[in-house]
Amino acid sequence: MRRMKQLVFFVLALHISIGLYAESNSLEESDIYKELIEDGNPAEFREMRGDELWHKKYAPNNVSLEQCDLGKGPGVIEGAYVELPRYFPDVNKVMDLEQRLIYCKTTILGLTYEQAVSSPFSIAGQSSEIEALVSYITAASKGMMMAVKLEHPMEKDAYEIGKKLFFYRAGSHDFGCVTCHSSNNKRIRLQNLPNLLVANDAQATYTTWPAYRLSQGEVRTMQHRIIDCLRQQRFPEAKYASDAITALTMFMAKNAEGGIYNAPAIKR
Amino acid sequence: MKKLILLILSTGFIAGCASSTTGKDYNAEMLKLLESDFKSKGSVKVERVLQQDDVQNFCSALEGKAASIDELAEIRNSQLITVKYPEDSQYLGDWKAGNEIASNGKGGQYSDPVGTTSGGNCYGCHQLTKEEVAYGTIGPSLYQYGKLRGNSEDIYKYTWAKIYNAQAFIACSSMPRFGHQGILTEQQIKDVMALLLVPESPVNQ
Repeated sequence: MRRMKQLVFFVLALHISIGLYAESNSLEESDIYKELIEDGNPAEFREMRGDELWHKKYAPNNVSLEQCDLGKGPGVIEGAYVELPRYFPDVNKVMDLEQRLIYCKTTILGLTYEQAVSSPFSIAGQSSEIEALVSYITAASKGMMMAVKLEHPMEKDAYEIGKKLFFYRAGSHDFGCVTCHSSNNKRIRLQNLPNLLVANDAQATYTTWPAYRLSQGEVRTMQHRIIDCLRQQRFPEAKYASDAITALTMFMAKNAEGGIYNAPAIKR
Repeated sequence: MKKLILLILSTGFIAGCASSTTGKDYNAEMLKLLESDFKSKGSVKVERVLQQDDVQNFCSALEGKAASIDELAEIRNSQLITVKYPEDSQYLGDWKAGNEIASNGKGGQYSDPVGTTSGGNCYGCHQLTKEEVAYGTIGPSLYQYGKLRGNSEDIYKYTWAKIYNAQAFIACSSMPRFGHQGILTEQQIKDVMALLLVPESPVNQ
């Protein structure tokens, strides 16, 4: 309980600090965040909630997600995320974490697909269970090395398709992922843009999602980040937990190979 | 029998064209997902992104690799002829309106209400004035653009064409084709031109 109180105080202080920082126009945002998070990250609230949800028994089957196999055996969450997306023989396809959670919610818990994907992102007054579960599961990979396998032919396919999508320029503005994420040391306005084609940038980026976003006051997942990038890219709306997003995720996860996983993180 | 041979030959041909050593056409696979996993919303239609024009198609296929000098020249030439210069030969509008357009990043996203007037979002990628420090660095600094280049007819025409269709000068540039793709109106381009070129503009202080 004392820990909770500390966290609440910290979150308040953090928002005030960031407000002051935003006015100072400093560019050293990563250093400032590093300093701020020494005392804790509000994402810990979501991790705690995810811990509860992972063990909670759901109607109609009155079972929990504890039997969900994220690739390392039923119920194993330690190190699961750094090997995702991966090929799952039981469905004969490649899935990312969120696709797999939806699969477990439908097959193990007995929810309908619509129920399982009903709240992918928190909105005002409705907190997302998926964001909490993803926070809990990803935290169990902290300190581990990114290690997507790319051994199964379908994993290779996902990577190659993701690569094609990364370079695909289209729409009213001729934009693609490549427009903002293929050069070193660029920014849009004051926001630094990682070059997702080089290892150090790809690692620093991929290993810090999901993240508690100060601008949104929520933990956001990689799905959320990619969908929002595509929106700004003037592409149509990418469907949540779709194979297109998993392909892009696979491309980025492979490029981040060797990076040390360190999320849920904290970002602007 | 002849049909069978033809079939085998054509299958081999298609496989030969595919982009990877495994013989799979990943571009086709990607396009399938683009069709199935995206939905039209607001002003943004799935059909629009499925249909690339020649520039988009060529630049995507490069995947960051260098193209030949001839190919790049062909792109530039094909785009230069698309440029429509102002009929009244008046290149300069209002620099204050131009600065608003340069600051505005709205328009063309499915989250923007249909009918939203698009901005140019120039500050997203370029430094323009001393006052605005929140500028991006994807493109070069345009601070003192006009002061450094003067106000000749050639500079006006070049700058107009660059904003209208950046691919006419640098093939596979990251810059949107504001005129060619109908992002900005003729009047909006005139206003941005004024921001860049008139001596009173904060760009040229």
